[in-house]
Amino acid sequence: MSKAGVPASVSARAKPNFFDIITIILIIALGVFIASATRHVLQPIAVSGESSISLDPSNLPWYALRTTLRMFAALFASLIFTFTYAVLAAKSRRAEMVLIPILDILQSVPILGFLTFTVVFFMGLFPGKILGAELAAIFTIFTSQAWNMAFSMYQSIKTIPSDMSEAASGFGLTGWQRFWRLEVPAAIPGLVSNMMMSMSGGWFMIVYSETITVGETEITLPGIGSYVGTAIEQRNIFAVFYAIIAMLLVILAYDQLLFRPLVSWSSKFRLETTKSESDPVPWLVRMVHRTRFLRWAGDKITEWIYRFGGLPIGRRSFSVKTPLIPSRTADILWFALLGLIAIISVFYIYRSINGLLTFSEILYSIELGFLTLLRVIAMIVLASLIWVPAGIWLGLKPVWARRAQIIAQFMAAFPANLFYPFFVVGIVHFHLNSDIWLTPLMILGTQWYILFNVIGGASAFPGDLREAVKNFNIKGRLWWFKVMLPAICPYYVTGALTACGGAWNASIASELAKWGDTTLVAEGLGAYIAQATIAGDTIKVGLGIVVMSTFVILFNRLVWHPLYNFAQRRLTFS
Amino acid sequence: MSNQNNEEFLVQVKNCRQSYPKDNNSDLIVLDDVNLNLKSGEIVGLLGRSGSGKSTLLRIISGLLPPTSGEVLWKGKQLSGPAPGIAMVFQSFALFPWLTVQDNVQLGLEAKGTPRKQQEELAEDAIDLIGLGGYEKAYPKELSGGMRQRVGLARALVVHPDLLLMDEPFSALDVLTAENLRTDLIKLWVEKKLPVQSILIVTHSIEEAVLMCDRLLIFSSNPGKVVHELNVTFPHPRNREDPAFRQLVDRIYTLMTHREKVPPVPDNPASVKSVAEGFTAIPLLPMNLMTGMAETLMAAPYHGKADLPKLAATLQLELDDLLPIGEALQTLNFADMAEGDITLTDLGKQFVDSEIEDRKSIFRQGVIKNVPLIRAIRNVLDERWNHRASAERFRDELEDTMSPDYARQTLSTIIGWARYAEIFDFDEESDQFFLDEDDKTIR
Repeated sequence: MSKAGVPASVSARAKPNFFDIITIILIIALGVFIASATRHVLQPIAVSGESSISLDPSNLPWYALRTTLRMFAALFASLIFTFTYAVLAAKSRRAEMVLIPILDILQSVPILGFLTFTVVFFMGLFPGKILGAELAAIFTIFTSQAWNMAFSMYQSIKTIPSDMSEAASGFGLTGWQRFWRLEVPAAIPGLVSNMMMSMSGGWFMIVYSETITVGETEITLPGIGSYVGTAIEQRNIFAVFYAIIAMLLVILAYDQLLFRPLVSWSSKFRLETTKSESDPVPWLVRMVHRTRFLRWAGDKITEWIYRFGGLPIGRRSFSVKTPLIPSRTADILWFALLGLIAIISVFYIYRSINGLLTFSEILYSIELGFLTLLRVIAMIVLASLIWVPAGIWLGLKPVWARRAQIIAQFMAAFPANLFYPFFVVGIVHFHLNSDIWLTPLMILGTQWYILFNVIGGASAFPGDLREAVKNFNIKGRLWWFKVMLPAICPYYVTGALTACGGAWNASIASELAKWGDTTLVAEGLGAYIAQATIAGDTIKVGLGIVVMSTFVILFNRLVWHPLYNFAQRRLTFS
Repeated sequence: MSNQNNEEFLVQVKNCRQSYPKDNNSDLIVLDDVNLNLKSGEIVGLLGRSGSGKSTLLRIISGLLPPTSGEVLWKGKQLSGPAPGIAMVFQSFALFPWLTVQDNVQLGLEAKGTPRKQQEELAEDAIDLIGLGGYEKAYPKELSGGMRQRVGLARALVVHPDLLLMDEPFSALDVLTAENLRTDLIKLWVEKKLPVQSILIVTHSIEEAVLMCDRLLIFSSNPGKVVHELNVTFPHPRNREDPAFRQLVDRIYTLMTHREKVPPVPDNPASVKSVAEGFTAIPLLPMNLMTGMAETLMAAPYHGKADLPKLAATLQLELDDLLPIGEALQTLNFADMAEGDITLTDLGKQFVDSEIEDRKSIFRQGVIKNVPLIRAIRNVLDERWNHRASAERFRDELEDTMSPDYARQTLSTIIGWARYAEIFDFDEESDQFFLDEDDKTIR
């Protein structure tokens, strides 16, 4: 931390140099951009109607910036949600009982399903203003980011080592100081890696969040997503290609300018006490270190934030464990309140859907659910058959492993739905069966999770075991089934679990595809939800989402969790 | 007791008892009726095995944990939470990895609301005193264990506490580093450079306790209780090789290995049920550790009998490692511990001299006879038609009298013993005990 009150050194340090000038120009440009974008947002809908999307590639930088800004806004909203919801859940036992199960379910709901409901809500809030549509788009992205971030924060706070918690209490830190000195720092590494995961989800949503339909009117917000949408409508495959390139650049920029520095910064908050091998310092961090003024300003800001966290706000915690058994009557009242709310909700739901939803409709949606389940399982099996051997092969070669892992991670972050049009054009052109040929789309983006986890597992295979394998001349079937497959199993399960969740979500996007006027449908629950969304049939969308969430939750509980536990217990090196 | 007497003491612990409620009727008692008075100007050691509740007592005195019953007076007043004049040093250091050495040290001052300028001065003093000068801007990750614990010490000393609490402060360090840190600390104490009035230290190393403390409280386990109090009057610096020093260490070993009265074990299996209530906790003791100890005792230079302090020093084993092995051998009637010595019995010698199959047979008889838990499990398995039984039930039963942690350790140890002796086997997947073909033939 910089020593305050030494004017001479401060003025010497603060003298701007070359790197300062570049960076400051960039910051000013950003400010101008935000200002102009805000002005645009406040215009009434009529001025910037649907016709405003032009497929001329020269417009793409502007669209890309708009999309980027939307992503930032959503990320910011997710952070606010995380710092309130998760903290409340971690601090209050009664709140925890309700908030955590809710979060658990929200995590399993296919995010595309939220679309219909958020749009209606926000357009109602700001009728006739672009702001409403803009907020709806941002909230849609938010729903794809917030849940796992909040969950990671909650878990970090709950698993703070008891000795550190005791040290904080022993030195008499107030609630505020404890939060900023202990709980937030401990949560940062998990939060940053979850933010990165969230971003991939957000990119996937971009395509759907920027075109907003309310009743008869369709509002198109300028952005990469709506650009792709327009390209599909106008059957312009080149425009799709341009959009992919623009998206590639945006994701690269996000990665280099935001996440590399963030990850490097967050590593200092890791709780393990051993010094782990450090990754190379990102170029942006090195550049800022070389500046004078920015560095000085950065140090000042850090110091202020540090002091802000040290303000003696709040009560001192007087003991770690309160000896009082929480009062029973309060608990009973709390449960009674929850019960009452539940009963009212059930009644309300019943009244809303009564007569609008038939029993056969529910049965039909469950039947469709099994069709989609079949697709998901088939695709996971297929992707595993391809990527497990490939991943093992790559992972055992140290030089290749690192590079392949970076590429696979990047591919996982890239919104696969931008590639859908290429497949759809192929299916239309060759008159293929859409029930079968639309299926691979759902695994297109999430297969990479399997690949990079398997690579990670294979490259972590201990050197002494590798030598033992060579020494005993273990080859062929034995090598696969007794050595490598068990060794990568914990990693594979993690990857497959993530891939499976993603595939369910993608089914809504992939079972119904459009190319101009042509619409391809693969019969399944995803198509059911997508069709209901287009038709604006909220009840059917709701039914579809409930059924799909149930499938996802059951599949997780009955298949992935037992598998994961087994792999963690029996197949890890420790 | 008069009021004046009260003020003489920094801390008074009166009839403290700590227990945790269990789901059934009985409470799990960790500390039972503990009394302790701490004066200014002394270093007091709490010495005991793991599970004797000494760390719990330290947390009660620090105000982190309210006692279930009894009271703690701090400078004559009831203690109701972490008090400003008490600072603690942790076994695991408990440093904040994202704060530099200096920020870690200043943490307590910041919480107190000390002005920034003064914080920096005080921190510098403490850092220099404890030999950390030059390391202010380093992060804990960059430091070795010894330096980390110095940060922990500086962090506690910077608030100028009247009482310094140390929870096994050197046990996470290697022998040389620990010795170095101990010596430095004692030197500062003797030269009256430490800004503290009194130190209370928890330890399970007898030598460390005798080396540092003016007064020792010796705890017994299950439940934790103060069973002996000793004064150590040697002047500092103390010499480990001094005969009087050795004699005191020997005496403490004798006190701590004092054999408690064990109710005689009935031989007929009919009374198993009544014994079932008396399952005792067994620490993690793999077979090879017990065999290794028996073999070591049999071989030169011990030839069947060893002095415990010397054995501990030669084998580099702490009290917490050595005594459980000795006690387990004693339970099986393989060895006898008394007066600070451990002696192999004839049965123990026979065990060492036998070949593997005979060893197993001797061990099997010893375990069946003397470990009620193993006997109970075998009986249940014999009664079942499929010779399988869930471990859950036994775990629950153990948890009636001990913490879940100890129950897990106990089960893990007896599974190891039973497998060695081929009495029964365990299936981790289904969490069941079972008899395999070999086990069934053995009775």
